[in-house]
Amino acid sequence: MADTIANIDQIVQSQSRATVSEWQRFVRTLTQRKVVVFALIIIALTVITAIFAPWLSPYDPNEKNFADSLQQPNRKHWLGTDLLGKDTLSRIIWGARTSLIVGIATCLASAILGSTLGMLAGYMGGVVNTIIMRFMDALMGFPMIVLALLLAGVLGNGMQNVIIALTVANLPGYTRLMCGMTLAVKENDYILAQKAIGSSNLRTLFLHILPNSFQPMIIMISTALGGIILAEAGLSFLGIGLSHEEVTWGGLVASGYSYLSTHPMLAFAPGLCVMLVVFSFNILGDGLRDALDPRLRGVL
Amino acid sequence: MGRLLEVKNLRTQFKTFDGIVKAVDGVSFYLDEKEIIGIVGESGCGKSVTQLSIMQLINRPGKIVGGEVWFEGKDLLKYKQHGPEMRSIRGGKIAMIFQEPMTSLNPVLTLGYQLAESLILHLKMSKEEARKRAIELLGMVGIPSPEDRIDDYPHQFSGGMRQRVMIAMALACNPKILIADEPTTSLDVTTQAQLLELMVDMVHKFNSSLILVTHNLGVVARYAQRIYIMYAGRIVEEGTCKEIFKRPRHPYTKGLLRSVPRLDVEGERLIPIEGLPPRLTDLPDQCAFLPRCPYKTEKCSTSPMPELRSVPGEGHKIRCYVDIPEVDYATV
Amino acid sequence: MPQSKNDVVLEVKDLKMHFPITRGLFRKVVGMVKAVDGISFALKRGETLGLVGESGCGKTTVGRCISRLYQPTSGEIYFKGKNIADVPEKELKPLRRNISMIFQDPYSSLDPRQNAGSIVGEPMVVHRLVKSRDEYKEKVKHLFEIVGLNPELTTRYPHEFSGGQRQRIGIARALAADPDVIICDEPVSALDVSIQAQIINLLMDLKSEGEKRLTYIFIAHDLSVVKHISDRIAVMYLGRIVELTTPRELYNNPLHPYTQALLSAVPVPDPEVEENRERIILEGEVPSPLFPPNGCALHQRCPIATPECSKTVPPLRECSEDHWVACLRI
Repeated sequence: MADTIANIDQIVQSQSRATVSEWQRFVRTLTQRKVVVFALIIIALTVITAIFAPWLSPYDPNEKNFADSLQQPNRKHWLGTDLLGKDTLSRIIWGARTSLIVGIATCLASAILGSTLGMLAGYMGGVVNTIIMRFMDALMGFPMIVLALLLAGVLGNGMQNVIIALTVANLPGYTRLMCGMTLAVKENDYILAQKAIGSSNLRTLFLHILPNSFQPMIIMISTALGGIILAEAGLSFLGIGLSHEEVTWGGLVASGYSYLSTHPMLAFAPGLCVMLVVFSFNILGDGLRDALDPRLRGVL
Repeated sequence: MGRLLEVKNLRTQFKTFDGIVKAVDGVSFYLDEKEIIGIVGESGCGKSVTQLSIMQLINRPGKIVGGEVWFEGKDLLKYKQHGPEMRSIRGGKIAMIFQEPMTSLNPVLTLGYQLAESLILHLKMSKEEARKRAIELLGMVGIPSPEDRIDDYPHQFSGGMRQRVMIAMALACNPKILIADEPTTSLDVTTQAQLLELMVDMVHKFNSSLILVTHNLGVVARYAQRIYIMYAGRIVEEGTCKEIFKRPRHPYTKGLLRSVPRLDVEGERLIPIEGLPPRLTDLPDQCAFLPRCPYKTEKCSTSPMPELRSVPGEGHKIRCYVDIPEVDYATV
Repeated sequence: MPQSKNDVVLEVKDLKMHFPITRGLFRKVVGMVKAVDGISFALKRGETLGLVGESGCGKTTVGRCISRLYQPTSGEIYFKGKNIADVPEKELKPLRRNISMIFQDPYSSLDPRQNAGSIVGEPMVVHRLVKSRDEYKEKVKHLFEIVGLNPELTTRYPHEFSGGQRQRIGIARALAADPDVIICDEPVSALDVSIQAQIINLLMDLKSEGEKRLTYIFIAHDLSVVKHISDRIAVMYLGRIVELTTPRELYNNPLHPYTQALLSAVPVPDPEVEENRERIILEGEVPSPLFPPNGCALHQRCPIATPECSKTVPPLRECSEDHWVACLRI
């Protein structure tokens, strides 16, 4: 069977003097599955909500209004209010902002740091590799949430610290991925060819190894984003995440869940948001994997 | 000699993003009992896909869209791909050896197990019988001390040894036909020679027939009785081995023979075939070789794809309008 | 071995390359793969030396030692009279300009994310050989024309080219820095038969037409190709040269039993010639370079071996003019 696949590869390769641009093909494969399109819409909506939160939210999320305490959903407060009379919908809208900022900042930080370390470990090999990778193994030994808890505990509350904690917790994954990719890419003759024409190590690393190991990184970032949003919600739920002025989805679930029997919307609505966004990022990751798979180049 | 296999007008296509690839486009050939034929062509000419189609080993996005494969009075293409008839033919009556011995063996099972498996399955042998036969087979293909090595795993064998095991496995059930798809391409020259000799010997010993699929003209010249030359999914020339090498009549065959450096000829300049093979997604209506052909005439560019026609010589046919004179003027 | 010292571009003396096999956390050395074990030859300007042998014979390693992609274990490599075997990594840059390489696999030897023009132009950028953007573009276009590619294709990416075209790009890259020596490591073995001839002719034309007299080391396993392109051929077996002579002499009068077997293993595309050819088939397989046999490396497989062969390593010696053989029986 493997030979059949190899054969198709050969046919496809011999034929692929591309008539359709890479980008067109990428978009077409990505949007082929309806669920990916759905995920893209959800993500786009979340991003728009986060950017335009001040204009979209009907109330100030931290405005206390004891007269409207603990209301069920009604025309004035579409999703009801909490004990202090804060509007749930507004808090969810602002929560999108925090969640996305934490998610994206963490992802970028851990991706940049992780890929640099991974690339160094993979390219240099030897002692450098051993030191970096053993350290990452040690980090990986800790469950992500425990590590984040520990760091958040040490560093104290605040968005910055949550980002740092989650970045450290996420680092090993990126480092490992990049180290593996670098090791694989390094074996290609074109890297040897770089050495043969006299390129410096830096030039080879950044102009040749990095662009060729970037694709799985994109997939990983997308898949990890959901996980980070979830982890941040978890931290907030446990009360160790952000300070009380910063609204987050996790925090909303935490404060709402004691009213689950009487005011289910308080915990249910932000919970649903977390679920949808995490689901969407995971689906997008899957979709990207399919769309970027070089084996499918030209077939679909 | 009776006719063993007859392929008629076989067509296999692959659906790709750029359009439909006509990998095999109307291929017909036959194989007699105890015969060795060679199918020669460059990569992407459809020679391997033809063989996979005979075995119905074509998967999505590929599809066999037409033709007949007559074997023992039955059309194999009428059978379902995963049906019991096809399964009993694959590995039983028709066996195949692939190019890459590494990926064709299951790395987590011992050789003995893999060999015995097909014996038990196809020949309904008992476990003990199968093991005995497996040891015998390994000995026949030249594996030293087969009793000890039968319980080894594939990675404990070298590439050449693994290919020997593949030959043993392929011949385990006394197949009528052995299809060898570039069987020695990934091996070293001296190992290649050993293995080809072995394979041909074994085929004679088992009274089987052999289809040798290769790009190496030397290999077919050494072993094949008849050859088929393929280009862009079609057979462009067929005939006896001696005929074709002595008097190639299709411009492509002629070009191929002139473009390989020969060991026995002093270094003249090689005459390559200019240009590139056509894309199989948009083949021209005319002859597929036309853009690269040094012999083309007015008629070639105005007429449709030529049909195979007989030319002097035993069973010699070409898919070409032009008769190249014996004294060749157009060597440029 | 060198006849006229002044014209020798490259001379290799007793080159050895041993790769350590390491195990465990502390990378303990458990064995040595003697990939190249003492080879010597000299190359005159404008000459093509063919290196043939089966996989694992060390031919690729020889090429990579000369281009200093590997640091040889011992031995000397004289390039234009200067020993380059021990030059530290940092001072190798000028050498990389003068010795370039062409690789076997046209698919993995080009960076898939770099366009063809920038692949070809990169050596000029690395060595600062061009002064302006226009000069760079001009030179890249010129290189494309030299290797028979349409200069308008500079913005295309490798996957848009066929195997033969990719190999042309690789050749253009090797020519970009205007080298003296090009090491061609199996440049045609991954290509289709009809394309092989195009590339072989291109390599031969580059040599005869260029202003500079290029020197090639042509590494391949296909004897018929090597015979066609080389001025002299070195046959290698397990890290050593077993026979070194001109192509004509090698084909008409092969002396070493391994060369004889290698020649007879290559089928000739002519059934009538094939019918009358004697086939010498060696028993067994190439031994592992990790545990090479004592004495002559071939003695276990050799049809004419004597007990002496398993004890003494045969030296490479000149049997007749310009015909060197390493065999005790000849």
